[in-house]
Amino acid sequence: MSINWFKYSAPSTFYHLAGKLIPWFAVPAAFLFVVGLYIGFFVAPPDAVQSEAYRIIFIHVPASILSMFIYLLMAGYAALGLIFNTRLSSMMATSLAPTGALFAFISLWTGALWGKPMWGAWWVWDARLTSELILLFLYLGFIALQASIDDPRRADRAGALLAIVGSVNVPIIYFSVKWWNTLHQGSTIKFTGTSMHIAMQQAMFITLAACWLYVIAVSLARVRSIILERERATQWVSELQEVRS
Amino acid sequence: MNWYEFFAMNGYGFFVWGSYGVAVLIFLIEIALVRHKRKITLQQLRLMRDAGEEE
Repeated sequence: MSINWFKYSAPSTFYHLAGKLIPWFAVPAAFLFVVGLYIGFFVAPPDAVQSEAYRIIFIHVPASILSMFIYLLMAGYAALGLIFNTRLSSMMATSLAPTGALFAFISLWTGALWGKPMWGAWWVWDARLTSELILLFLYLGFIALQASIDDPRRADRAGALLAIVGSVNVPIIYFSVKWWNTLHQGSTIKFTGTSMHIAMQQAMFITLAACWLYVIAVSLARVRSIILERERATQWVSELQEVRS
Repeated sequence: MNWYEFFAMNGYGFFVWGSYGVAVLIFLIEIALVRHKRKITLQQLRLMRDAGEEE
């Protein structure tokens, strides 16, 4: 049996697939978010040291993890677009950037609001916080760079270079708490297990899953508009139901 | 369920709700922006098609 691996790498085919997939990610995302926050606020007990303030964790940690993961995904797609010259790969990279930037911002914002009562500071220039801020700048740089270049394929390639080179920042963020003496705490969750209360673990993983599904739904929705715009001169676009009506 | 206590979050209410409030706001704005972008893209396509038909 020969599988056509490249069937969905054509914008025209992927456009329809993405449209069908969005609700399958959006609805579970909303549901899991509610469930996760319910467990986080009503089942998980107050923390011995941080009392109720620790509950910020259920948005802060998923946002932080995803800001890094999205960046690697974005750089990966950009690299694919560069290597295989596939337009859709580059479009996916462009589509992921704003969502990644917003998650990086949420990470920094919620981190600041958690840091003020706990450490006494809205901000410190420690390794993790600073490298996460750099991540936000990289996202914004990627978006601005692509927006500044008229020719879409050149914009794709320029952005790809920035995304790929900037990827080095992600392991820096991740290992910063291990490599340097930082104010930000070290990993609570290790491969050997964790000391976190079970309900806290559950809530955190559920909100992480919720945010992940949200990212997929939003980026699929965004890429559809990108596809329409970039493929506007094609026949399949002009024949679309939504364009005709 | 004591709602007053819930919103107070043992004195940390500002920080907890300030975090979730902004996060949810950002999600809602992002969704609105994506939907808006789709709407204007489709509008542009229709304009293009109409302009093409006039010739």
